[in-house]
Amino acid sequence: MSKGANVGRFIAVSGAAALALTGCSGTADTGGATDGGTGDGGEVTLEFSQWWEPELPEGAFRELMDQFEEENPGIKVELLSGPYASTKEQVVAGAAAGTMSDVVGLDGAWVSDFAQQGAIADLTALMEEVGYDDSGLASQVQVDDATYMIPVVNFVYPMFTNDALLAEAGVDAPPTTRDEFADAAAAVTGDGAYGWVLPLSLEAPNGIQNDVMSWVWASGGSMLDGGQPALVDNPEVSSAMEFIQGLWDDGVVAPGAFTMKEQDKVEEFTNGRVGMMIDSLAHVNLIREQNPDLDFSISAIPAEEGYEGERGIPYASWGIGVAENSENKEEAFKLVEFLMSEEVNSELSSIANAFPGNVDSVPDFVEEDELFGTAFEIYQSGFPANEFTGLPVAEQLMRDFGEEFQRALDGQQSMEEALAAAQATWEEEF
Amino acid sequence: MSQITSPPRKARQAPVPAAGPDDGARARRVSRLKRRLTPYGFLTPTGILLVILMVTPIIMVITYSLLDGVITNKNPAFIGFENYAEVLTDPVFFKAVRNTLVFTLTSVVVHFGIGLGFALMLNSPLLGDRIKGLFRVIYILPWLFTVAIVAVLWRLLLSPNGVINYLLGATGLTEGQTEWLANPSTALAAVTFINIWSGYPFFMISLLAGLQGIPRELYEAARVDGAGAWAQFRHVTLPQLRPIIISMALLDFIWTTQQFALIWMTTGGGPIDATEVLSTFTYKLAFTRYDFSVASASAVLVLLMSMVLAFFYVRHQKSRD
Repeated sequence: MSKGANVGRFIAVSGAAALALTGCSGTADTGGATDGGTGDGGEVTLEFSQWWEPELPEGAFRELMDQFEEENPGIKVELLSGPYASTKEQVVAGAAAGTMSDVVGLDGAWVSDFAQQGAIADLTALMEEVGYDDSGLASQVQVDDATYMIPVVNFVYPMFTNDALLAEAGVDAPPTTRDEFADAAAAVTGDGAYGWVLPLSLEAPNGIQNDVMSWVWASGGSMLDGGQPALVDNPEVSSAMEFIQGLWDDGVVAPGAFTMKEQDKVEEFTNGRVGMMIDSLAHVNLIREQNPDLDFSISAIPAEEGYEGERGIPYASWGIGVAENSENKEEAFKLVEFLMSEEVNSELSSIANAFPGNVDSVPDFVEEDELFGTAFEIYQSGFPANEFTGLPVAEQLMRDFGEEFQRALDGQQSMEEALAAAQATWEEEF
Repeated sequence: MSQITSPPRKARQAPVPAAGPDDGARARRVSRLKRRLTPYGFLTPTGILLVILMVTPIIMVITYSLLDGVITNKNPAFIGFENYAEVLTDPVFFKAVRNTLVFTLTSVVVHFGIGLGFALMLNSPLLGDRIKGLFRVIYILPWLFTVAIVAVLWRLLLSPNGVINYLLGATGLTEGQTEWLANPSTALAAVTFINIWSGYPFFMISLLAGLQGIPRELYEAARVDGAGAWAQFRHVTLPQLRPIIISMALLDFIWTTQQFALIWMTTGGGPIDATEVLSTFTYKLAFTRYDFSVASASAVLVLLMSMVLAFFYVRHQKSRD
């Protein structure tokens, strides 16, 4: 690593530490990321920071990297792995100091900020430079018409139903429309059970994306208009929010929603206390392990009455990008290409219980497991929808919306006022 | 009878100059300089560490607070006090200040009350040593947990389906599933309660040490003068503990104003902005808005407020010395 990079890194780390020292005692793990370098004998070492390795079976991701190294002599991959939150802080600090790893695991919510900052490379240009055919990519995250992130695998968020609880309440099949959902939720509620679980924690505000806006996308709606916020005078957004308000007022939402996080939601469902939830497919195995007797199934998120179009299904991605300051962009892209290849992408999605980012890849579990097979059908019959991906300060947008939404649910303002307030805040952020 | 003998004292002799008078003067100057510099030599490692770990980051944060879009902007411009104006005109900042004060003042006062009560109990001659030992361990337990554990533990306990609601429901004190942390009207009280639970042992231990250091003669003298238990407490115990109480209260006040992890991990500053405090407000500006300049301005304001408290603490310590 160059002296300049060292100084830059020191400044970034000091800055973050100083903020922590003077403002709050939260710490940022900002160490570790450095430029990939060329070792002796012309060997290139790529640094790859991501949160994926700890979430996969032990050694599985390293094995893939070993395979890459075998297929690409002269390129080594050094994995910098950590939990999601610390990877994010590391990437933020690396972006600030210009010491980002050559290849970085990205969340769609971060892309806009890093692209504006010039920290991540324009992959459209890079693909053109190396002559890569992108027709096999299921999606690409773009900012100003240039790709900055490629989703490697996608975790979709369908509706989970506790079929035993629904059957006890006299509901024979999972609801397919909002009215059916409201009726089912009301039928299930009682004796300590609730119809739906809604996590609205402001610490991790992704409930706004996965559990709230998903109702808009499932009926083909959008919260944006020409890339700009469109929360006001938007009948699709209004009707979805009023629908949720109705569920809230009917008392069918599990208590504790305002500070509930995704893991709390899964716990409520796993323990059989709620009838329905919208959740990541990644949690299927966890639910099965923790409560093997739970009788549950997966369906598409209910749509508005009369809606016949394709249903948007929320998703979260393990995305990949290349650092703008990497001295080995070509080699870095070889790693991207490797992970996006049909065979490797199938393998990675199989071990991650996710859907592939390559259109031709098919994960094993789709054929082996009926539940995942159904989910794959839902995924293929609809379209992946996540309008927060690629937006500036996406997480803050969710939090801003979450605060106003909580005020409306708490009765401090009407839903119309909440949407107008959120619109005003979003416009400032945009 | 043994006798101690000592060699005859030599007459004190002036040092014999090895060379000319100039050399002697120089040697004395060098020796004086060495003597003067030696303490600084010992202080140098600490000084270097202070400069690297405290002074540099603070100066950097102050500099950041005067620039526009620092870190995310490659060429940030100097904008004077605009970031401070932005923070000081944000209504959430004032909500955060208010919440911080309520959270801190309540925590410090109750820490003191519980800490003193338990310390008096552990110092009481009415209890046997074994009982005291047992309670000492029990009372200090909350202090042994890290903040993350405390947050997770209390999130579970205070959950609508948690043990607290079960116990309160079983005894008929509340009905059903109270949302202690998720209800805007109870959230601040709930996080303050958690902070009190996790922080009182600090007061207890310090006050217990103070109680054990009060001379028994003072109590005997008070009894001779006819003082009862309350009068002894008021006129002997409290005045003797006063320096400790003031030091502990000031330190606790400074630390509690900076409490971040507990609030972030239990409520994230919500519901709505019910538990937004200065630390969560600043953290959000930096790490979710990526507005490091405005976050720096907020951090500097927090630093200034902490320095006012630190000033009183140092003045109190000096007056004690």
